Amino acid sequence: MTAELPRARNGRAPDVFRRDGWVPMRCHADHETVDFAIVGTGAGGGTLAARLAEAGFSVVAFDAGPFWRPLDEFASDEAEQQKLYWTDDRITGGADPIALGGNNSGRGVGGSTIHFSMISLRWRPEWFKARSRLGYGFDWPISYEEVAPYYEEVEEALKVSGPVNYPWGGKRRRYPYRAHPVNAAGLVLARGAERLGIEWSSVPLATVSAPRGKSPPCVYRGFCNFGCSTNAKQSVLVAWIPRALRAGAEIRDMAMVGRITLAPNGRVRGLEFQREGSWHFQHARNVVVAGYAIETPRLLLNSACRQFPQGLANSSGLVGTHLMTHSGPGVWATFEEEVRWYKGPPNMAVTEHWNYHDEDKDFPGSYAFMSQGPLPRAWAQIVTTNRGLWGSALQQEMRKYNHMAGLVPVGETEPRPENRVELAEEEDQYGLRIPRVLFSYSDNDRRLIEHSKRTMAQFLEAAGGRDLWESKDTSHLLGGCRMGSDPATSVVNADGRSWDVPNLWICDGSLFPTCGGVNPSLTIQALACRIADRIKTLASRGEL
Amino acid sequence: MNPMHLTRYGRSLRTHLPRARNGDLRGNATAGASYARYDVLAKWDTPSFDDLTRSVIAARLEEVPPICFLSPDEVRLLDLVLARLLPQPERSRPIPITPWIDDMLNRNQGEGYRLDGLPPLRETWRKGLAALAAEAALTGPGGFSGMSKTEQDRLLRNVQLGEVLAEWPVPAAHFFTHVLLKTAADIYYSYPDAWSEIGFGGPASPRGYVRLGFDERDSWEAKRA
Ligand SMILES: Cc1cc2nc3c(=O)[nH]c(=O)nc-3n(C[C@H](O)[C@H](O)[C@H](O)COP(=O)(O)OP(=O)(O)OC[C@H]3O[C@@H](n4cnc5c(N)ncnc54)[C@H](O)[C@@H]3O)c2cc1C
Ligand code: SF4
Repeated sequence: MTAELPRARNGRAPDVFRRDGWVPMRCHADHETVDFAIVGTGAGGGTLAARLAEAGFSVVAFDAGPFWRPLDEFASDEAEQQKLYWTDDRITGGADPIALGGNNSGRGVGGSTIHFSMISLRWRPEWFKARSRLGYGFDWPISYEEVAPYYEEVEEALKVSGPVNYPWGGKRRRYPYRAHPVNAAGLVLARGAERLGIEWSSVPLATVSAPRGKSPPCVYRGFCNFGCSTNAKQSVLVAWIPRALRAGAEIRDMAMVGRITLAPNGRVRGLEFQREGSWHFQHARNVVVAGYAIETPRLLLNSACRQFPQGLANSSGLVGTHLMTHSGPGVWATFEEEVRWYKGPPNMAVTEHWNYHDEDKDFPGSYAFMSQGPLPRAWAQIVTTNRGLWGSALQQEMRKYNHMAGLVPVGETEPRPENRVELAEEEDQYGLRIPRVLFSYSDNDRRLIEHSKRTMAQFLEAAGGRDLWESKDTSHLLGGCRMGSDPATSVVNADGRSWDVPNLWICDGSLFPTCGGVNPSLTIQALACRIADRIKTLASRGEL
Repeated sequence: MNPMHLTRYGRSLRTHLPRARNGDLRGNATAGASYARYDVLAKWDTPSFDDLTRSVIAARLEEVPPICFLSPDEVRLLDLVLARLLPQPERSRPIPITPWIDDMLNRNQGEGYRLDGLPPLRETWRKGLAALAAEAALTGPGGFSGMSKTEQDRLLRNVQLGEVLAEWPVPAAHFFTHVLLKTAADIYYSYPDAWSEIGFGGPASPRGYVRLGFDERDSWEAKRA
């Protein structure tokens, strides 16, 4: 059966833990009104589907992509696994256009966590109050203290493997599973850090270091960005979707949501989705959008109607604006020793020093940086696009592969209105207007990038690296539908609930008012758990 | 995958694909290592390859798609250009790059985004190749195929730097680096011969790796010649 045909239907869904296996799934008719229709099953939507179903709500979660069985369908091969990415047409512009596709966007049940690097870090507590505590960006409408129990819940749900004592952040319990051994690529960072007297740590990772249920321990095969073929990785597909199904949620794969429909009473009625070439309508008491920072604003903009001519839930005009990415300039060096950085998860050592120390900075903002492990195809892209090498010079450079190491930061960028998602005139295969993404770095972003390149170069040199060179890149996408405490300056409130349409919610990376200096998925999942609890509370008070 | 397939691409695969290597590329770390005696496909029947990966790689090696989209002239030009971007004179069976570019264009499946102002995938390639041909025609009546390798390299370098004379409806430097070169390198480094050349471990499922430290090597990893 090809992955491009829906599989989750007729009362069953693929069993991610068994070859050719199935698990039972509760199904709902289109005309049946469900409590929650969720658009997207990634870090935000998949987590929320499980938590809401476990709270007893009827849930249908839609995903435009396939419902994979990793054991059957994830090859150890970069080219083959491009099938995990969102590759529908998008336009990227601005002074610093962001690379999209596999660089940041997944398509399939489990979302971008299918191909993420599993780095599971908490926010620096002060970032939730960036404006009032640190003097830049915006305050979040919630505090670290409110999110902390949910961080703990998610770390437990993913059995995050991490060090006994993690050097940064608030007081915390030890990680559920023991830390992974650090590969040579990570030991380069460690050596640099120790010689410079700066703290480093092994990275807390959402891949298990010991057997867990049907997940075997990680075998350090290094293909994490191309899907984990063994299920050691605790992606949303493996960690939350089975819970959602057990609790009675329906997952509809290969189902692209094209429009959310508003009733005359100002409440959402349901949504239109395309599956197997035809359009259907799902009635719902509530709709949650969780399509990530490009598709979430795009869907709201494409759902413009008489009451909301500039986009559904967009009376503020902020939908799609304040889009952020993490800057990710690389610094690379050659080492006398063999590093063989293809072994192990790609990022095994980190320093969050510049997330927690603000003294020597010439910019407000933060960054962490990690060791790297690109596979050959990805490495060739970095070498060709940044060095412009070709011919035998390229082949010669690529032969240094096993002696290379490098560092890449997760660099904060400022939330600015001009960085945004808008609609282009062109339409996609569903007849929906495609997104245009505009992004430019601010002067401040550029100072942060330069600072990070200097410190990373110091690390590599201290570790014995030679012939240093730099590359440009970005990683995660955040913002576009930010949460806040004022309807005039935000799209949703702290519960992810639209200020304009009371039964419309957002639950994904687009909620972020600022983007911090760590990878976002732990925070997205913690927010999803918190939103689920808030919905439960509001329901019990009759306030949905 | 069916068992037929497995036997077909099983043990015989190595002998089936004659290999040749650069003999003169030994060197120290900074000059680039040589793994002349390493062949990632030698692991075909070991726990580093699972059935799915075997079938995916067998298809890449054996089911190279026929040209469907590009014209014969475009194919000829692309073949010549790719021979400069990723030369492989030493290989009796060179890694095929043009057919996979054609296949991508035929399926109209790019990487999912394009720069504001650029036309869609197929048009970008068509226009870029036409401009490259026009650029070559400006330097001599023989066009790209009439040039020596040195002249071809000089022309390509100018295109890479955006120092062009012809009309380029897609920016020359962008087309060269982000469309042509990046795609060519993607395809080249998706082939086992290229993995062997750089000493990459290759497929690693279900067996991964055990020895992760500096200068540590599992017995199933590449050894320097
Ligand atoms: C290579 C890579 C490495 C990463 N590494 C890390 C890491 O180590 N740590 C970390 O914290 N983060 C990492 N990330 C980022 C992380 O994966 C994302 O930030 C996170 O998954 C975003 O969650 P989300 O719920 O907002 O969206 P996603 O997880 O992307 O989920 C969105 C889903 O919605 C679906 N969808 C969108 N629109 C529609 C529609 N209209 N109809 C139906 N379905 C729709 C999509 O198909 C997709 O499955 C990485 C990302 C990449 C690309
Ligand atoms: S290194 Fe571990 S987590 Fe990554 S793909 Fe391999 S087994 Fe999965």
